[in-house]
Amino acid sequence: MIKRATVLLSLVLLGLVFLQLVAGYSPRTALNPVAEHYVTAGPEELGAANIVTAVLVTYRGLDTLGEVAVLFISAAGVGLLLRRKTRPADTARRKPRPSSELVGTAVRFLLPLIFVLGAYIFINGHLTPGGGFQGGAVLASGIMLLLLADPHAHLNHRLVHWLESSSGFGYVVVGVLGLVFAGGFLDNRFLGLGTFGELFSAGAMPIIYALIGLKVGTELSAVLERMKD
Amino acid sequence: MTLFLIGLALCAGIIVSALLAVQLGNTVSAAITAGMASLFAAITYVALAAPDVAMTEAAIGSGLTTVIFLYAIRRTAEPPQE
Repeated sequence: MIKRATVLLSLVLLGLVFLQLVAGYSPRTALNPVAEHYVTAGPEELGAANIVTAVLVTYRGLDTLGEVAVLFISAAGVGLLLRRKTRPADTARRKPRPSSELVGTAVRFLLPLIFVLGAYIFINGHLTPGGGFQGGAVLASGIMLLLLADPHAHLNHRLVHWLESSSGFGYVVVGVLGLVFAGGFLDNRFLGLGTFGELFSAGAMPIIYALIGLKVGTELSAVLERMKD
Repeated sequence: MTLFLIGLALCAGIIVSALLAVQLGNTVSAAITAGMASLFAAITYVALAAPDVAMTEAAIGSGLTTVIFLYAIRRTAEPPQE
C-alpha cells in the first residue's frame, strides 16, 4: 500500500516537473550563440558538410572519446560476466536446429550488402547523416543476422580483438597527431581540408569515424556473440 | 494540421507501446513492444529533422537491444522438460 502510494506520489511529482517545462515552452526563433558559432564556423573551419559530425568529432571530440571508452568498459563487463565456463556434462548443449535454406541464402546475399552499408555510413559521416556509432551498429547487426541464421558460426576472436584494440589505439594516435600538428587534441586539420563536400575532405574526420565505426562494430559483435552461447 | 496529427499519432505510438511493454506478461512480447517504442521514437526524430539521432535509435534501440533482450530471455528461461 505504502509502496503504491510512493510510486503514485513520485509519478505526480515527475508530472509536475515536466508540466512546468511544457508550460514555459516557447519555440526558439534564433540559435543560441554557441550553436550559431558551430553552424557558421563549422563548415569553414573544419570543412565538414554535416555539422553534427563536426561537433561530435572535433569540437566535442573528447566527449566522443569518453563515449567510446564507456562502450569499451561495458563490453568488457559483459565479457567478464558471461565468460565461458566449462559446462558439466549433463547440461550438454542441445543441438540447435539448422536454419532453413531460405534464411541461409538470404544471409549469403544480404550480409555483404549490410557490411557495405555500414562502411558507407561511417566513411561518409562528415557528408551525410550518420557516423561511427551508427555505422558500427549496422555492422554489428550484420553479425547478428549471421549468428541468428547459423548457430554454429563463430567469430574469429583474434581478428575481432585485434581490430578492436588497434582501432581504439589508432583513434587516440590520430588525436595526438592533431595535438602535435594542429590546434589541439583530436583537431582534424593536420591533414588538408580538401574540397568541401568530397569524400576525402574535412581532414582527419573520415579516418576518425572509420576507426570509431570499426571499434563500435567489433565491440557490439563481441557482446552479441557472448550473449549467444 | 495533418503534420500535427501525424506527430500526435507517433507520440501516441511511443506511449502505447511503452505501456504495453510494461503490462504484457509474456517477456518476449514485452521485449518486442519495447523495440517498437524505439522505432516510433526514431520516426519522430526523422520528423524533427534529426536523422543522425534517428539512425542511432533505430539501429541500437530497436535492433540490437531487442535481440540482446531476446538472447537474455532465452538464456534465463527454464530449460524445456523433455
